[in-house]
Order: sequence, then C-alpha cells, then structure tokens
Amino acid sequence: MGQILPYVINGVSVGGQYALIAIGYTLVYGILRLINFAHGDVFMVAGLVMVYATASMPFYLALPLVLLVTVLLGFTIERVAYKPLRTAPRMSLMISAIGVSYLIQNLAFYITGGIPQPVTNPIPWISENVSLLGASTKRVTLVTPVLTILLVAALVYLIQHTRIGMAMRAAARDFETAQLMGVKINSVISMTFVIGSFLAGVGSMLYFTSYPSVAITSGGMPGLKAFVAAVFGGIGSIPGAVVGAFVIGLCEELIKGLGYTTFSDAFTFALLIVVLCVKPTGLFGEKVTDKV
Amino acid sequence: MNKSKQKRDLLFLTVVLAAVLAVTIAMDMALPSYHIAIKVVKKATVYALVAVSMNLLNGFTGLFSLGQAGFMLLGAFSYGVLTIPVDKRPGVYQYFDGGAIKFSLPEVFAGVFGDTLGSVIGMLAALLVGGILAALMAWLIGLPVLRLKSDYLAIATLGFAEILRAFFQWNALGPITNGSNLLKSYPDFTYATAYVILAGALIALIVLLINSTYGRAFKAIRDDEVAAEAMGINLARHKRMAFIISSFFAGIGGGMLAMYNGTIAAASFKSTMTYEILLIVVIGGIGSISGSVIASFLYIISSEWLLRGLDSGEFLGVKAPGLFKNGFRMAVFSVIIMVIVLFFRKGLMGDKELPDLLRLGKRRKEAAPK
Amino acid sequence: MSGNMLKIENVTMQFGGVVAVENLNLEINEGEIVALIGPNGAGKTTAFNVVTGVYQPTNGAVWFQGEKIIENHPQGKMKAQYKGGHAGEYTQVLAPTPDKVTRLGMARTFQNIRLWKSQTVFDNVLIAKHCRTTSNVFSATFRLNRKEEAAQRANVLELLEVVGLADVKDELATSLPYGKQRRLEIARALAAEPTLLLLDEPAAGMNPQETEELTAFIGEIRDRFHLTVFLIEHHMNLVMNISERIYVLDFGKLIAQGTPSEIQRNKRVIDAYLGVTEDA
Repeated sequence: MGQILPYVINGVSVGGQYALIAIGYTLVYGILRLINFAHGDVFMVAGLVMVYATASMPFYLALPLVLLVTVLLGFTIERVAYKPLRTAPRMSLMISAIGVSYLIQNLAFYITGGIPQPVTNPIPWISENVSLLGASTKRVTLVTPVLTILLVAALVYLIQHTRIGMAMRAAARDFETAQLMGVKINSVISMTFVIGSFLAGVGSMLYFTSYPSVAITSGGMPGLKAFVAAVFGGIGSIPGAVVGAFVIGLCEELIKGLGYTTFSDAFTFALLIVVLCVKPTGLFGEKVTDKV
Repeated sequence: MNKSKQKRDLLFLTVVLAAVLAVTIAMDMALPSYHIAIKVVKKATVYALVAVSMNLLNGFTGLFSLGQAGFMLLGAFSYGVLTIPVDKRPGVYQYFDGGAIKFSLPEVFAGVFGDTLGSVIGMLAALLVGGILAALMAWLIGLPVLRLKSDYLAIATLGFAEILRAFFQWNALGPITNGSNLLKSYPDFTYATAYVILAGALIALIVLLINSTYGRAFKAIRDDEVAAEAMGINLARHKRMAFIISSFFAGIGGGMLAMYNGTIAAASFKSTMTYEILLIVVIGGIGSISGSVIASFLYIISSEWLLRGLDSGEFLGVKAPGLFKNGFRMAVFSVIIMVIVLFFRKGLMGDKELPDLLRLGKRRKEAAPK
Repeated sequence: MSGNMLKIENVTMQFGGVVAVENLNLEINEGEIVALIGPNGAGKTTAFNVVTGVYQPTNGAVWFQGEKIIENHPQGKMKAQYKGGHAGEYTQVLAPTPDKVTRLGMARTFQNIRLWKSQTVFDNVLIAKHCRTTSNVFSATFRLNRKEEAAQRANVLELLEVVGLADVKDELATSLPYGKQRRLEIARALAAEPTLLLLDEPAAGMNPQETEELTAFIGEIRDRFHLTVFLIEHHMNLVMNISERIYVLDFGKLIAQGTPSEIQRNKRVIDAYLGVTEDA
C-alpha cells in the first residue's frame, strides 16, 4: 500500500491536469465537431510563457499574464484558422488544426532555439514538498485536484445558469437552428475557445511546475491524452471529460508504478481504441444517427 | 477519341518520366553520392511514395487516417533488422548479445546470386517484407478501426501508431528491435537512380490501381458512401482493401526512408511525421497523385536545400543572423502551409493530374483565337 | 400470373418509441409496376430502406424471388418497447448489408439525388458495374481483366444511349440539369443489373412535361430490361398511368391496395390523401 500511494496521489493530480485540458477539447468538439489538434500546443505555449514570465517578474503578475496570453492565443487560432472554414468539409477543418499545431511548434522551436526551457520553481508556495500519509510529494499534487473540481463546478454553473452558457448548449445541440434563433454563433465559439484555453493555461501551470523543463513537443502527449479522456467520458460531456481524465491519470501512474513506463502512453491509446470500438459514444455521450 | 486521348496522356507521361530518369542518371554520374542534390532526390522520392500512399487512403477513398508513421515504422524496422550484415550485428546489438536474428537477407541472397545482384535482391526482399508486415497489421486493425467515422478514425489510427512505437521501444523486444537504441550499419542504394526507379514503379502501381475498377469504387465511397453501398459496393471490404494497400506502400516507404537516413530509431516515427506527410499531400492537392509527387519534391528541395540559408544567417544574399537563425526555415514553411490550407484549399493540383493540365492548356489555346 | 418477386411480410420498423412502419404486408409479382403512395411522413422511404437493407426491421421478414433475405425480431431494450404485432413469430436474424441486397438483384434510386459528384456521367454508371466485376484487385491493377473491362464499358455506353445521356457522357454528373440527373440515377441503378428496380420519387421536382416523359421511360425500360418496378411517388398522374397496382400507406399503416381505379374510388384513401392533392 505504502508503495502504491505515491502513484495514486500522482495519478489524481495528473488526472486533474488532464481534465483541465480535456474540457477544452470536449467543448470545442461539442460545438464545431472538430478535434482541435492545436489545443495541446496552446497548453505547451502556456508552459513556455510561464517560464519566461516568472523569470522576469513576480509570480502574482506573471500568472495572470500567462492566462491572458493563452486565452488570446486560443481566441486568435479560432478566428484565423477555423472561422474561415465554417462551411468547408470537416476534413479541411481538421487539416487546418493540424497545420496550426505544426505552426505553433515550429514557431516555438524558432523562439526557444529548440532547447527545452528549464522550469525553476515558478510559483513558490505550491512547489514545496509536503508529506501526506507518509508519502512525500509537492504541494501542487494536492492543490491540483481541488482546483480542478472548483473550476469545473464554476464552469458547470456558467453553462447551466447563464445566458452565454445557454447559447453554448443550444449551439452544441443544433448549430444551424441556434443560429436561426438569434444565437451569435461566432461569439459563442470564441467564448468556447476562451474558456478552453483559460483552463488549459491553468492546467499547464500546474503540470509544468512538477516538470524540469518545457520542450516544444511537451504539449503533444498530454494534449492527445486529454483528448482520449474526453472521448472516454463521451465527447461533448464535461463531467465525462473530468471522470475520463481522472481514470486515465490514475491508470497511467499505476502502470508506471508496476514498472511498465514504456507502455503508459500506449495504454491510453489502447483504451481509446477499445472504447471507440465497443462504445463510441463514451461513458456519458449521446448517440448520433445518420439519416439516409 | 477517348483512346487517342489516352495514348497522348501516356506519351506525355512517358516523356516526363524519361526526362526525370535521364536527369537522375546524369546526376548520379556527375556528382558524388554525398552531394546534397543526390540526397535531396533520394529523400524526395521516398516522401513522394509515402505521400501517394497516404493520398490513396485520404484523398481517393476518403478515409482520414493518421497512422502513416506507424506503418512506416514497421517497414523501417523490418528493413534494418533483416539487412544488417552478420559481422556488424554484435556492434549494433551491443546491449542485447548481438541480437536474436543471426542472418542478413542481402548476404543470404549473395550466396545464391553473387555479390551485387544478391545484395540488391536481398535489400528488395527486406523492403517487401516490411510492406507485407505493414499490410498484415493494417488487415488486423482494419476491422475494428475502419468502422469509425472521420475524426474518430483519425484519432484511433494516430493512437495505434503511438502504441506501435511504444512496442518497438520496449526492452523485452530488444533482441530484435534493439529497444530504444539505434539500428545502423545496414546497406543503402548508392545511386539516386535506384530510388527513383523503385519509388516510381511503386507509384505507377498505385496509379494503375486507382484507374482500375477498384480505384473507381474507392472514389465512389469517398464521394457518397450511402450511394456506393446501394450500388453494391461492399464498404467494409473496400475500405479495408484501401487501408491494407496504402499501408503496404507506406511500409515500403518506411523501409526506404530508413535506407536513406542510415539509422533507425522508433522515437523518430512520431505523429509529427504523419502530419508532415499529410501537409505535403494537402500542398499537392488531395486526390492528385502527381500533386503529391510534385509537392514532395518542392517540400524536400526547399527544406533541405534552397531554404537552408534561413537557418544559418544568410538567405538570398541578405545577412541577418539575428533573424535567420535555427528554426526560421520551418517557421516560414509552416506559415506557407497555413496560407495554402486556408486560402488555396485545392493545393497545387486540386484533383487534377499532370496530363489534365496539358489538356487545359490546349483548351485555352483553342478558345483563344475565337 | 408470373412468379413472386418481392414479398414484405408483417414488417414493423420502430425507432425508439416511434413506429414508422407497422405490420406492413405487400407483394409484387414479376414484371409488375407497383406504386407505394401516401402522404409525407407515411413511412414510404422507411419501407424502401428496410427492403434494401439500409434499416434492419424491428420485426418481420422480406422475401425476394422466393427466398427469405431479411428477417428480424425485437431484441434487447426493444423487447419491452415493441408496439407492432406478430411478436414471437420471427426468431431468425437475417440482416444483409445494402450492397449484398443489390448484388442479389435489387437496385434503387434516391429521393434526394445521390450521384458521385466528382465523377463523370460515364463513370457514375461504370462504377455501378463494379459489383458485377469478377476480377480481383491484382488482376484489375495489372490489367489482366481487359476483356471484362471492355465489355463493361461497351455495356455502359449502350445504357447511356438507351437513357439518352450518351452525348453528355464526359460531363461531370453534377453539371447536368435536374431531370437528366434523375435519369442518370436510373441508368446507374440499371447498370447494377437488377431484376427489381426501386424508384424513390423519380419525378420529384419535375415539370408536367418531364413527368410525362419519365412515365413513358419507366415503361420502356421495364420492357427492355425485363424488370419489375417498385416506386414511391407523389405525382398522381404518373402513378395512375403507369402502375398496375397501388399500395397506400398512412401513418405507417397500409390503408388500401388495389388497381389505380379502385384506389381512386377508395373512401379511406380519398380522406387520407387524394382529397387534398392537386392532381386528384
């Protein structure tokens, strides 16, 4: 038990970080039916900005700046790369997303010179070590799940009880009808990207605090895994994404604990393929039927 | 009338291909094998083959698959594992007791057909094995995966490629795959001509397939799946067929890429590689074979050669080390790609082929005097 | 009286709680032209989709040329929800995919035209021949099937002559005017070499003159290719002129069947349907 505990704690923490990214995927997919391949890279950029910002200013200024930049980036990506393709086939949209991902990675390579940027204690309090039930861990591991739950609760409130939330639900249910009923579809979509990027920004800061460095490819894996979490939970469903993320985070860390680190990534994708084949709608997803 | 048109197209293609071949042979004779031009031609032909194989699936059958890197990895490893000379194996597999496989196909065949011919046959056989393995894998995963729709298919195939990569890095398979260490010291074709002929022949096969009754069925599935099924085309069977064939060629392409690179590491067959190939296909035009080939050459020539200066301080005579530093080339490149994706969605060729352009030019000439 | 071509037996199609087609029984004999009519949403296209294998019926069976090709009974959640009749009479599950049904000898057209957009008129018809191809992918790639391919091409050309589209064979299918696209869909269905042709609203969107031409055309191809025709249509002129027998659906249930003159005099049909259409 004592040996498993650190992995469980880590798993819950990683799961929380995945959840924050997964929400961005699930929200965007719910409305645009697009796998936003660039979301993982937005996450990576947030990490880079954190490294640069915390190095040059106090963290209480740096952290809001990180969030601001991330949100702006998400917003801009949507406006520049996805909005012109609203009426295009879905394949074009997906290609555009892949193109953006490629662009961000290459720009980041240019700016960083391809060298992983070391993370040096960016946020003072949460990087300190604490001990829990005899296991030693960083405070961030404990903060993450709590913060995740709080943010998700706030998001669910926003979606269920505000005007913009209602518009988002309407757009997710039926894009065209929502538009006809006077929902300003473009601002709803922008809002979706803003929320998704904001949460990815928070997730990124928590995630990279416990890593030694941010590399340009650091976003890819967590991004894909978060997407798997979103699919696992049933894409379009926020509780689904959160549950999926915690399950994946836990499984991954436990597999590492068993000594199969090579397969922790592979497991996630195997899970994805199994879920897609057995129950493509995921845990909480709704069934969509094609009309002939 | 249709026949004479076909003949003219054929003649035109023959002339283009003969010219390409002549240029390559001339280059092989005039330049040393380490010359950048030779390297560029080799790499570009490999990319052309892989891009065309991806286009067969994504462009002609309408299956948005992102598993290309996985199938290439299978081909690359098969080639490396089967062709490393026996006396070099202890060095390569130094952490795994010289590896589990104690033969090398080129050497086996050299014993039968003599040194030169035997080695070539052995190398080709190793490539073929890679293609067959990739095809087998596609056959295996095709059944569950191909039932998925567009983006789910994309993410499932992407995931599958990642799983494959993890397996090849697994130490327990080390005696065969060398775990996370490099495979190296295997033979390569010295001449670019060999690459051009091999990849050219394989691409020609794909073209023949696309213009056959099966290729037409693939296009019907792409255009309207429901109508295709109603007209008696078995969707599951044909999708799987396209998937297997595409993977077969991707596998051979992977083997040739390994040949060109000189070393194989599972870590390099990431999803980024698939993205790169997909973007080449998009630049050339989704649904155009000649587009994919031309785009591969443009992409490789500019990234490996013409735009090198963007990374090393001087470009077109302009010296700006602060701006033209490492990574600028790819940044410029990805901006160009985004412009194509957003504003020139048809790419260079749309869904037209080279001979179609000839006809278009002629039609314009005919129309002009009136 | 010739043999039985198609028999729909107690077919019920239920989507969740909605019964789209209920206990449908219908028979078509060889060489007949039979129409299925009914107001919008009566379940006509659903019935077509069941026959062609697009939908699996909830209960019931379909026979084709004396052989049972489709059968199903309520399963899982549907057991409790099932509202149709004849529960328990069917125990087998026979669910061929649409392509298999087509290869058995049934070909259809679509209510909303579904041609292959990037293909020429010629290729649209040629592709439908694919299901009759006997060569495998290797011999097709290496052109060992030249004879078969040439025969198919000649056959397609002949078909295009018959339907009057030979002059536009190299045009893109979607560049044709609407009426010709409908004809092309019929030509494409014929290329699959059916014995039973199913037409889903072939005259939709056509003007009276085009409809008249189409009426003659359907009769022509029936004789020429020895077909049996089963059609859904709203244009009453066409239906009354061409059909030997008519079935009337309303809210998923069969409310009448008979010859055109019988149907025209049927009180229930007039109430449900004919009384409100412009052609009656």
